[in-house]
Amino acid sequence: MNKQEKPNSITNVLIVGVGGQGVIMVSKVLARLCQRHGFDVKQSEVHGMAKRGGVVFSHVRFGEKIWSPTVSEGNADVLLALEWAEALRWLHYLKPKTGTFIADTQHIVPPFACLKRHRGAEQRYAQETPEEIVSQVAKGYALDATGIATELGNFRVSNTVLLGTLSTALAFDEADWRDTLAELVPPKTIDTNLEAFQKGRDWVEEVKKTPKKEKNTKKPNKIAPYQQQVKIQNDIQQDLIPVITAAWCKGCDICVKMCPERCLKLNTKEVVELVEPERCTGCRICEWLCPDFAIDVVKVPTPLNEEASKSKPASLPETV
Amino acid sequence: MDKDSEGSTIDTTLNFEAADSVTSRRSDDVRPMMGNEAMARGAWEAGVQVGAAYPGTPSTEIMEFLSAYPEADVRAQWATNEKVALDVAIGASFAGARALSVMKHVGLNVASDSLMSQTYIGVNGGLVLIVCDDPGIHSSQNEQDTRLYARLAMVPCLEPSDAQEALEFTRLAFTISEEFDTPVLVRSTTRLSHTRSLVEVGERSDIEPTGFKENPHKNVMIPSNARTQHPRLIEREEKLKTYFENSELTKWEKGDKDVGIVTLSTSYVYVKEVLPDASILKLGSSWPLPSNIISEFSRSVKRLIVVEELEPIVEREILSMGIKAEGKAFFPRVGEFSPEVIRDGLETAGILQKQKNKLNIDITPTVRPPVLCAGCPHTSSYMAVKSLDARVAGDIGCYTLAAVEPLQAIDTCVAMGSSIAVATGMAKAGTETKPIIATIGDSTFLHSGIPPLIDAVYNDVNITVILLDNHTTAMTGGQDHAATGRSLRGDETHRVDFEQIVNACGVDWVRIADSYDLANMYQTFREAVEFKGVSVVISDRPCVLDPVKIRGETLVVNQSNCVACQACMNLGCPSLVWSDEMYDGHHKVKIDAETCIGCALCAQLCCTDSISALPKSK
Ligand SMILES: Cc1ncc(C[n+]2csc(CCOP(=O)(O)OP(=O)(O)O)c2C)c(N)n1
Ligand code: SF4
Ligand code: SF4
Repeated sequence: MNKQEKPNSITNVLIVGVGGQGVIMVSKVLARLCQRHGFDVKQSEVHGMAKRGGVVFSHVRFGEKIWSPTVSEGNADVLLALEWAEALRWLHYLKPKTGTFIADTQHIVPPFACLKRHRGAEQRYAQETPEEIVSQVAKGYALDATGIATELGNFRVSNTVLLGTLSTALAFDEADWRDTLAELVPPKTIDTNLEAFQKGRDWVEEVKKTPKKEKNTKKPNKIAPYQQQVKIQNDIQQDLIPVITAAWCKGCDICVKMCPERCLKLNTKEVVELVEPERCTGCRICEWLCPDFAIDVVKVPTPLNEEASKSKPASLPETV
Repeated sequence: MDKDSEGSTIDTTLNFEAADSVTSRRSDDVRPMMGNEAMARGAWEAGVQVGAAYPGTPSTEIMEFLSAYPEADVRAQWATNEKVALDVAIGASFAGARALSVMKHVGLNVASDSLMSQTYIGVNGGLVLIVCDDPGIHSSQNEQDTRLYARLAMVPCLEPSDAQEALEFTRLAFTISEEFDTPVLVRSTTRLSHTRSLVEVGERSDIEPTGFKENPHKNVMIPSNARTQHPRLIEREEKLKTYFENSELTKWEKGDKDVGIVTLSTSYVYVKEVLPDASILKLGSSWPLPSNIISEFSRSVKRLIVVEELEPIVEREILSMGIKAEGKAFFPRVGEFSPEVIRDGLETAGILQKQKNKLNIDITPTVRPPVLCAGCPHTSSYMAVKSLDARVAGDIGCYTLAAVEPLQAIDTCVAMGSSIAVATGMAKAGTETKPIIATIGDSTFLHSGIPPLIDAVYNDVNITVILLDNHTTAMTGGQDHAATGRSLRGDETHRVDFEQIVNACGVDWVRIADSYDLANMYQTFREAVEFKGVSVVISDRPCVLDPVKIRGETLVVNQSNCVACQACMNLGCPSLVWSDEMYDGHHKVKIDAETCIGCALCAQLCCTDSISALPKSK
């Protein structure tokens, strides 16, 4: 690719992932390569929060003359995602008719996905499968790059595997890609990186050989079991609730301190009380830890709805 | 490929200068640079001799880059706060050297007191302030527009649009400063600071420092002198106006006569992207405005539109000249600009046709906010704070992330160093039944936490201060400060002792506690809260990322023992996630072996003793 072949045209690449995955390294290699070929190039990222596991994205634009440092929505020629949920977050940046979509199918589940504590709680992570997405974009590659990198003995080179895949989408010489990569990675890791790069290219070759239907090889890991489990759990028509025998409580405070949800408190008579019933998840820790057997976590047959949970203490007057 | 740090650390990898195999059609003096690097280069080329900054995203790298030049050229330093940084630069300017001070937008609030007087004094050696705004609030506490300060201080405010201009404008700023006897602001934004593009570099001009010039009328701001200096500012403003009328900083690009766009800063490149054929008047400085050329430009086009990010400063100024202009009717006053925003605005203005070309797939994005690191010593400090059921005045740093789920341990967060005085105020109000706690980081404490601590002791309030000493300025990428014992250049230097400072402020109750020892933290905090008066707990554990990445033995959750109470998950450690196994309708927990650093805090919280070190394989 050089400017004579593509006069005045601009290529937009959006590289996305999660902090620590090496998004910026990929974009540096690409930017460097573009510069070597005499293109004007802008590479823009916003860091700051990236180290704390947040979203990382890097825009790389190259061509004869580049003005805006950022790619507009619906204008990315290539979307390269190092993580599955991130691929989906930025999907609307892809050019609808011609854009190439490349994504690692691995899931990095954010802590926020596992926050809900009630029984049968759902994990809040993207539900869309690679098959669904790949079938809807112009050109789509979803591969288990992390798996491939792990097989090579270093899961960290998954970004280089994807770089290999990217190299098939942009018309620079393979040798130039390799040279630039070798130039930018630490000398000790050059061999592993070149190997990973090759794997990413090989993967595309494989896909091109196999009949259309089985284009994308791997399912996203783990999503199915969660969904099944959630289904079963949602059928539970019972709730758990600690019932406190006030006479047996000597106010030792153990359950109050150990309750993961902090829904127990000592009242003015130094007897434990369930003060935030809606937070109780029925985990039974208080029951197990009470030295005086003053707490019983019992199953209350009740539909899982708001009102029922709010009226819980009132419905158990004789024991509290 | 090795993971790069992706924080605000210096990046030396993309040093294109080193590669001699480059088949570039451009000259050797062209290299890709981040806006921040270009500004450091511009200052260096201008012959800057002293640089001082307090870190703050997105400005941090500028001083780091400047410190990479030889010390013989430039003495670059971290200052304890922005006011100190500016005062150091002012002192160097008095001494006849070219001086630079760098800060983020909110940093100028801290330094503004000195700026407001220094603008009366002017300069001896060129004095330049680079201030980086954060439109879109990527990592700040507000979205204020620095250009308003330029107006208030009546100083020029240069606004580069890309890295090349960032270098050139910074270099020129020193000349303007000396020629017009004024401090000069160079305003950047997150996007400019953190975008790499090709930059043609120049050489350093060797400027001989002139030495101090005794002139009390100019240098000593007492009322009688200030009174004579003030009219000088107004004259200076007129001269600057004339300068910008004829300067190459003001660029008229002739184009389509139907619409004329007045723009500056990064807005300019977005306009060029979206409306390449328009007539454009590109301003190099948002203050003071070259009114003659603006009015000439306005007469040459049918419709005048001002495109500027954040506040309508240029727009209002143009309106006040009696020129018809539009702007904020189409472009928002909040948030970051992008080609999309400019396009939307121009569509609303009827200048562009509606365009729709997006993929039609409806996806709910996965929530992924920044979180405290696995093993972060702040997590356990806040676990212990939570056990106190207290009212917590927070401050600014990584630990502000404890405000969100699951820790939710902070009730307020105002500005750097506010926590202690806010706690004092809450106590003085007398309405609070809970114990009152202020939490403040080590760098923040040095920045602006000491005067409020003295105030709390002086005014005898009953509060507890928790000084979260993680031995670094973590949020901005791990910079050294006065209590780390290292300078910006990494040399060993004097180290401030927190316990001694706190004692010297008159605090009678001080303890140091290791935040990895949860039981001890609970106990110490309880005692601190019971103490009547000002008590201080210094929680002492290094950040796991900076200055060195800490990694210990990975822990595992014994799946057959875990009862899915998820007590450990209250820490908010990102390595703790749901496993595929269930217990009584709840998800059991597992530890991600790749990210766990083995701090063992989760093991201390586990009610069933299910978390332990991974058995060693031979
Ligand atoms: C006035 C001002 N200056 C600078 C900043 C940028 N800033 C935000 S957090 C922070 C560092 C806080 O460091 P520390 O108090 O040690 O806490 P840590 O991040 O290490 O936990 C800085 C410099 C700011 N927000 N406001
Ligand atoms: S960078 Fe350091 S202080 Fe910040 S969250 Fe990570 S461990 Fe904690
Ligand atoms: S030991 Fe526990 S709390 Fe510490 S990093 Fe590992 S999983 Fe997180």
